Amino acid sequence: MNDVTASETVHEQKAHGTADQGHTEGQQHPIRIYLLIWALLFVFSTFSYLVDYFQLHGFLRWSLIILFMLVKAGFIVAIFMHMRWERLALKFAILIPPLALLILVGLMAIEGAHTFITRWGAFVR
Amino acid sequence: MAQDALIAGQPTAVEGLDGVVADWSGDKQAFPVPWGKAMMWIFLLSDTFIFTCFLTSYMNVRISTTATWPDPSKVFALDIAGHDIPLLLIAIMTMVLITSSGTMAMAVNYGYRRDRAKTTALMLATAALGASFVSMQAFEWHKLIVHEGVRPWGNPMGAPQFGSAFFMITGFHGLHVSAGVIYLSVVARRVWTGFYDRKGTYETVEVTGLYWHFVDLVWVFIFAFFYLW
Repeated sequence: MNDVTASETVHEQKAHGTADQGHTEGQQHPIRIYLLIWALLFVFSTFSYLVDYFQLHGFLRWSLIILFMLVKAGFIVAIFMHMRWERLALKFAILIPPLALLILVGLMAIEGAHTFITRWGAFVR
Repeated sequence: MAQDALIAGQPTAVEGLDGVVADWSGDKQAFPVPWGKAMMWIFLLSDTFIFTCFLTSYMNVRISTTATWPDPSKVFALDIAGHDIPLLLIAIMTMVLITSSGTMAMAVNYGYRRDRAKTTALMLATAALGASFVSMQAFEWHKLIVHEGVRPWGNPMGAPQFGSAFFMITGFHGLHVSAGVIYLSVVARRVWTGFYDRKGTYETVEVTGLYWHFVDLVWVFIFAFFYLW
């Protein structure tokens, strides 16, 4: 690993996303960043597996599952997919639209609960 | 290339929110990235919506059913020397996919360094890991269909919606992995034959990488919501 590449990357991170600037071509980052993220993904996958292995339940279970899931997703998108080094305009264009899906999830959760109550009232009780 | 000149000629010094305004308001290309990369991101955005629709419908049927949902920890347990180890195969599949993402990330890196041999080797390793993932998934489907009697319309363990959600979600993901293996093989061959040296850019390797990392990303969500929940 030569120092020029490493220092350029640090500089780039400080500049917060000047993709392609000061580089010969495309997204070039030191290999050790990828190895580090790879190791971290292993660690967090093991953590989420252990949540099931030790049969944690209730709030602790689902909060830990979601936490580990979001951390892993963040690492993949930010580092492996290079989103961290892209310009803010591209980040916004790709990362903001999926937030609309949270509304869909919310609506469907309400609808599912309603269907459950109706079924329970009509067939089970 | 004209496109490269366009990218190089852009004043991209403005950062932050002012940079967003400058990128969008100027009479120029909004995203200073190769068009293939922008298009892949937009495709992946649409794919995000598809997979979220699947996972949301799974959530909906799981909330609304009055039957008990089969315990994934038991359904996907693997019998090793007389002990049922929960989710073992799924854990191995997760590790295989993460490893393939790691090799892919390094392939992109070596591509931009014009190291044809290493790029090809790493991409083929990625494809091989992807193929082994699909094989393990085929084994899992076989176990569930033949030995445990899971069908899209019912199963002996509980809520009938379990089968339809499982086959739909993992099937669509497996299809993405299979398509990715083909995609990777084609691009790896082109790297090896020097196609991208003649083209003058290795950005296609990065675009292929985006697709592959997305497949891994979707699995993170499936693993959390379907297998662990």
